[in-house]
Amino acid sequence: MSILTLHNDLTTYLVIGAVLFGMGVYGIVTRRTLIGMLIAAELLLSGASINFMAFNRFISPDPALGQIFTLFIMAIAAAEAAIGLSIIIAFYRHHKSIDTEDAVQLKG
Amino acid sequence: MMETLFNPDGLVGLIFFVNLIVTITGGFIACTSRRLVRAVIGLVICFVGVAGLYYFLNSPFIAMMQILIYIGAVAVAISFAIMLAAPEERLKIGPSGPLSGPLGLFAAALLTSGLVTVAFRTEWSSLTKINDGSVKIIGIQLLTTHSMVFELISIVLLIAILGALVIARGGRGN
Repeated sequence: MSILTLHNDLTTYLVIGAVLFGMGVYGIVTRRTLIGMLIAAELLLSGASINFMAFNRFISPDPALGQIFTLFIMAIAAAEAAIGLSIIIAFYRHHKSIDTEDAVQLKG
Repeated sequence: MMETLFNPDGLVGLIFFVNLIVTITGGFIACTSRRLVRAVIGLVICFVGVAGLYYFLNSPFIAMMQILIYIGAVAVAISFAIMLAAPEERLKIGPSGPLSGPLGLFAAALLTSGLVTVAFRTEWSSLTKINDGSVKIIGIQLLTTHSMVFELISIVLLIAILGALVIARGGRGN
């Protein structure tokens, strides 16, 4: 298989999705600001969406289903970003910080 | 068959390769950059690359929605939140602990290698398509087969907008 025909192969897209997912996990674990964790969560969702679209293109008998599911993932991601950002802003207003180490009010 | 760069197929492969590099580079910037503004820019670059991948996967509609929703709405909202809530001089940078960098890298490498192994080892068999997945089919299915989920998503979005307003407005008087 030549490097120029990579775009017609399911495995390529699965690998890209896995790499994006791994970057998201790394970001969520290592970031110390809440906004950074939110950005990493968006990377995770992108990886999942790429997997859905790849299976939709190469495997699924109904090529509209994966696209509809990806649309729903986008809507949920937009809702999650809106709620998350408003919580971050409310948190910043109380604590003057968006550091994860300052969010300890609910700690047992 | 030997592919070269100088025919349409080879050019498509080259464009895909550039697209792939854009996606991976954007994701790398988004998860490792020390400043949040640069992380958002990396996220935007990554989303442009992902939209290109969707175009390669035969769905220009989803590619357009990706650019419209993620870059036009989510990335802009995140950059506004950074402007409102993260003054640069107060940002503590770097990982959250001495062990979190290596442990995070380990967890990410474990997950990625597992997923890649599964992708390479499984014998995927493709099925015959029952439609062409065009925008028309998507619209019909959204309003017939998936109409319940469609309505639920709109309610979720409405509640998310109202909830975001209520949460972000609380304590504004102080």
